[in-house]
Amino acid sequence: MTKGSTQATQKGAQGPDFKTSTSVRYGLDRVFAALVFVATLIGLVVLAVLLVDVAKDGVPLLSWSFITSFPSSIPTSAGIYPVLLGSLWLLALTALISVPLGIGAAVYLEEYATDTWLNRLVEVNISNLAGVPSIIYGLLGLGIFVNLLRPITGGPSLISGALTLSLLILPVIIIATREALRAIPDTVREGGFALGATRWEVIGSHLLPMALPGALTGTILALSRAIGETAPLIVVGAATYLTFAPDGPLSRYSALPIQIYYWVSQPQPEFQVGLAAAGIVVLMAVLILTNSFAVWLRNRYQRRI
Amino acid sequence: MAVEARDVRSEAGVWRRESRARHFRERAIKVVFTACAYVSVLTTFGIVFVLIFETVGFFRQVSIVEFLTSTQWSASFANGEFGVMVLVYGTLLTTLIAMLVALPVGLLAAIFLSEYASSRLRRWLKPALEVLAGVPTIVYGYFALTFVTPLLRDTIFPNIQIFNALSAGLVMGIMIIPTIASVSEDSLYAVPRSLREGAYALGATKREVATRVVVPAALSGIVASVVLGISRAVGETMIVAVAAGQLAQFGGPLESVQTMTAYIVQVASGDTARGTLTYQTIFAVGMTLFVITLLLNIISYWFVRRFRETYE
Repeated sequence: MTKGSTQATQKGAQGPDFKTSTSVRYGLDRVFAALVFVATLIGLVVLAVLLVDVAKDGVPLLSWSFITSFPSSIPTSAGIYPVLLGSLWLLALTALISVPLGIGAAVYLEEYATDTWLNRLVEVNISNLAGVPSIIYGLLGLGIFVNLLRPITGGPSLISGALTLSLLILPVIIIATREALRAIPDTVREGGFALGATRWEVIGSHLLPMALPGALTGTILALSRAIGETAPLIVVGAATYLTFAPDGPLSRYSALPIQIYYWVSQPQPEFQVGLAAAGIVVLMAVLILTNSFAVWLRNRYQRRI
Repeated sequence: MAVEARDVRSEAGVWRRESRARHFRERAIKVVFTACAYVSVLTTFGIVFVLIFETVGFFRQVSIVEFLTSTQWSASFANGEFGVMVLVYGTLLTTLIAMLVALPVGLLAAIFLSEYASSRLRRWLKPALEVLAGVPTIVYGYFALTFVTPLLRDTIFPNIQIFNALSAGLVMGIMIIPTIASVSEDSLYAVPRSLREGAYALGATKREVATRVVVPAALSGIVASVVLGISRAVGETMIVAVAAGQLAQFGGPLESVQTMTAYIVQVASGDTARGTLTYQTIFAVGMTLFVITLLLNIISYWFVRRFRETYE
């Protein structure tokens, strides 16, 4: 049997691009292995370049007065005090609204809901909402919270922004809490019922405390996403320039990402590169803090089981 | 009421078989939880209601034919043109550039994580890649405008504009890598070992197993990840608003374009009174965006169900 005929039959069976030469095939293998490795590194390298670039531009401008001053048209005296406060207000209000709602919805779907078409609709709906672009939530907030409910919310106020962000992150909280509840073995529930506890007594005394760390991890990650959100807040009317700090849920406000956007949009490099980068450094520091807390919580929880 | 029931139980030292208060509390709590779950349905209704309500107002003043066929977008002028296709073009161009980066890089990274990396390396790399998805998009916008554009101008494209579709698209692609890598990797990893072993037994090399057996077997998940990535890119706002500019035109990759999302941000940054045509315009554009992402979600859902390979 000649080599040529082997090749011919295999060509017929395997398609025209099959190569019989093992050295060529193993050579291609090495190239491919290098390629997939480099592809994995690309994202990480860009991330590193981004962080270094931001730090290089922003860290020299950081100072205590940057944190405690108001935004200003004079770059050297500009600061982020009111917008940082605005972001903290938003964070607190969003947490107060979204966490009870999200946990409640997850408990209903995992512990109460039976398999009816209505409940299936709720489930499909939640996974669909997770795919809606954040700016659409901004339009929802503008139409409902800012304009329709203006007598209650006072228009473009902190509470309108927080309600919008809450709806935005609600699907994430629900999904995380459901996973945490699902991980609890049914023996816990059955044990509780066998002792005569009602459904709520089982949920309140055992299921929620057991699910809490997992639910909290997901919730903190969702809240940290809310801190970084810019587009929906612009649409619900967060101001770009404020001369006062927010003092209550009905107050007008701005937020850190909005201020960064405002600075990036300025043509002068002192704003566009310097101040924006300094704002980003503060924003990233806040995010790293919250995310490390979530990771710490998850590790602690995993060790317990 | 709850306290009362508990007090009676502890004082008497016996379990009360039938307590009205306990029964009432159970029902009340269930109603509260149910209400929480229906908030999500209300959200969807709210979105659809707001978009339709304002869009109907918009189409009372602008014909739907003009909206869909005109090739000019100058909505901020009096007697402006409302050809949404100009904005759709901006969105498609930046999305295309982003997918040209994210699809190959994300898929190759998924192959590395699933087929090549040791389980220890995988445990480290996957969360590290996901950090990319957690960076706020305004930060990417800053990076595209102040780092990538100058870099491109100094190296490959000396006549690139300050605001351009290319750097916005490239950076958006980087942002979407983890979406594609993570979802694809899940489906690659789920391909049963026996398929790989069968291919090895027939003399295939590692690369051949990965590209000719594992990837085709996981195709439905890979396609789902790509559609998800496209839908992220279409809805992405801050990167394009900062780096691609606000010029609604059929521009090339080196020129400024305006996406649907960037238009909404541009209008919302200023003061726009409710009920004006400009106010209604952002809802009409939002409606277009919502319909496109909804279609993408439906395609992805349908594709996964239709082509899912199930193995025992």
